Amino acid sequence: MKTVIIDYDAGNVKSLEFALERLGVSTEITDESTKIAAADKVIFPGQGEAASAMNKLRSKGLDVLIPQLKQPVLGICLGMQLLCELTEEGDTTALGILPLKVRRFPNTVKVPQMGWNQVNHRQKGIFKGIKQDCYMYLVHSYFVPLDNATVAQSDYACRYSVAVEKDNFYGVQFHPEKSSKDGQKLLENFLNF
Amino acid sequence: MLTKRIIPCLDVKDGRTVKGVNFVDLRDAGDPVALAERYTEEGADELVFLDISATEQKRKTLAALVLKVAAALDIPFTVGGGISSVADAKTLLRNGADKVSINSAAVRRPALINELAEAFGRQCVVVAIDAKKIKDQWRVHLVGGKVPTDIDLFEWAQEAEARGAGELLFTSMDHDGTKNGFANTALSKLSELVNIPIIASGGAGNISHFADSFTLGKADAALAASVFHFGEIAIPTLKSKLKEKNIAIRIIS
Repeated sequence: MKTVIIDYDAGNVKSLEFALERLGVSTEITDESTKIAAADKVIFPGQGEAASAMNKLRSKGLDVLIPQLKQPVLGICLGMQLLCELTEEGDTTALGILPLKVRRFPNTVKVPQMGWNQVNHRQKGIFKGIKQDCYMYLVHSYFVPLDNATVAQSDYACRYSVAVEKDNFYGVQFHPEKSSKDGQKLLENFLNF
Repeated sequence: MLTKRIIPCLDVKDGRTVKGVNFVDLRDAGDPVALAERYTEEGADELVFLDISATEQKRKTLAALVLKVAAALDIPFTVGGGISSVADAKTLLRNGADKVSINSAAVRRPALINELAEAFGRQCVVVAIDAKKIKDQWRVHLVGGKVPTDIDLFEWAQEAEARGAGELLFTSMDHDGTKNGFANTALSKLSELVNIPIIASGGAGNISHFADSFTLGKADAALAASVFHFGEIAIPTLKSKLKEKNIAIRIIS
């Protein structure tokens, strides 16, 4: 099985690589369309600012490639947000796989949200075998609202999506590679699809 | 609900932990990776590594350590000590650190905060502030607290936030090492003035001190070193007691 991590210079992917290594999976970090298209599993990480991340994807033609992928794709953090249509961050047009608009947390709470929040999930799919109301590690200022695609939610200023699923696309707002055993289990579930 | 974080802080020098560490069953208490793994298993929510070495080899040793920690750890960690440029931070973040912490270098050249936030996103940037109350005013100190300045803690905290800090790590020098509790009045004032998470540091002596830092001090996280290293407070006990006091805490199963 070939697993790739999309490389578009969007933050730290070392921890993700190590987390997959701990699961016995070797990965390739690449920005080459042919390699991404040929992979069995694609991980779409992301950290930092949405507009510059989208610019980097466009400069490599990945904004066109990613929505066309047919194999399981896992967007993490900003990677999940970019699966949506639009984001308030820099009023950026994203990949449009989910017809949703990413919004900023209101200033009634501290922004960014940083730390471990409780995750209420469907206990199947990528959450199979993970305890209900588990804790996952999150760092983000923008959030994906609740939708039919929501498969897990948390509460911070409001209830919002921390995991989404549509066809072969999966997205998690938290960092599974930093969320201890439950995060590891989630990655394992994804790799087993 | 977002939980309050418990953060052990490890001082490292030339790739080894310093300060006595009193885990009898730990084969090598000087090995930061072994200690970090131990804290992770006990339920630490995050770790901070503070490099206090000052040799030429320092950066390389620290970068190598960060890589080893990232390979072993599945919780987030912050690295600080001597970071004064985007290039310094880049090496550490590329090697797997989640956040970098800057202190004196940010006071000397505040634009460093903007540069780091722009390069890596503000979620990576922790501004650490050491301060001491002198004649009713909290003054920022540099170089591990050795050099006093005229800078006011609260003004500096607000400037750091405006420039792009994603989090503040406030150490009260008046409380550090006393084991008499955290600087809750100053902490709570900070929380009202800025809208980014605040890590309380300095003064942890018992479990109630942690509880107070969250309730009275309104801190988002509490950091301590010796009470954990010397086994005076065990993290699982601390977390279950905090939970009993209705503080939102992550309990590992």
